[in-house]
Amino acid sequence: MLSLSDFLIVAAILFGLGIAGIILNRKNIIVLLMSIELMLLAVNTNFVAFSHFLRNNVGEVFVFFILTVAAAEAAIGLAIMVVLFRNTQTIEVEKLDMLKG
Amino acid sequence: MSSLQIIFYVLAAMVIFSGVMVVSSRNSVHGALFLVLAFFSMAGIWMLLQAEFLALILVLVYVGAVMTLFLFVVMMLQVNVTRFREGFVRYLPLGLLMVLMIIGLLIYVVRSNSFHMTLLTVLSSDYDNTANLGMVLYTDYAYPFEIAAVLLLTAIVAAISLTHRKSTNRKTQIIENQIAVNRKDRVRLVKMPFERKK
Repeated sequence: MLSLSDFLIVAAILFGLGIAGIILNRKNIIVLLMSIELMLLAVNTNFVAFSHFLRNNVGEVFVFFILTVAAAEAAIGLAIMVVLFRNTQTIEVEKLDMLKG
Repeated sequence: MSSLQIIFYVLAAMVIFSGVMVVSSRNSVHGALFLVLAFFSMAGIWMLLQAEFLALILVLVYVGAVMTLFLFVVMMLQVNVTRFREGFVRYLPLGLLMVLMIIGLLIYVVRSNSFHMTLLTVLSSDYDNTANLGMVLYTDYAYPFEIAAVLLLTAIVAAISLTHRKSTNRKTQIIENQIAVNRKDRVRLVKMPFERKK
């Protein structure tokens, strides 16, 4: 039978892939945003799995709110990226060092 | 091996494969489409976990709205595709090491049988996930629900005000110029000889 660990392992691997996308990718900021979406999906899967195995709906409510925040984040992130591309004609991560941080 | 297990392993393999392709694809349009595939497969896994409402929300909102937005932006920005792989190989060993350590640690933690929950039980057929979720969401979590609505409104306003450009060739009133007009700007008295009827 399927156990809770199976779902958690899938989520862990997906989360690791998201981190890999953020570390490895030095050029394209779109892939960065998509990696963040992957990580959020992994975390949501953890919540849904625990919510099912504990017979508790609160985890699903939390997933609902995470989905809301993630949608808002994606919309604003893409808007910022469009403005950035308009001003600098590039979306390469390495060239975005105007703030000299 | 039960049919549930077969479905789960197929969906999990699809999720992980499409996650790898999202991270490593050269063309970001392909990356976005593989992310859509990942969302679809993960929605299937959520269906297995009997979270039907959230699975459908994932398909409708994420695949239908967010990923469409991603594809719009990816296709709107004309970026140089071939340069995106520079530096990928250089950071590969370090990144892979870190990621493998993180994944290994997580799997080591979740594999230990400390949860005592090893059965994917099938709930009775009169269990309604959507109704249950709604009962909790609209009573105990009504205020967070409204805050989420305000957050979405903020996101709308922010996204529009960030990307909106004023058009330059529009014919609109300039109210302050209209108010500041004097009589002598508009009315001109002309002296001329009067004409007599013949």
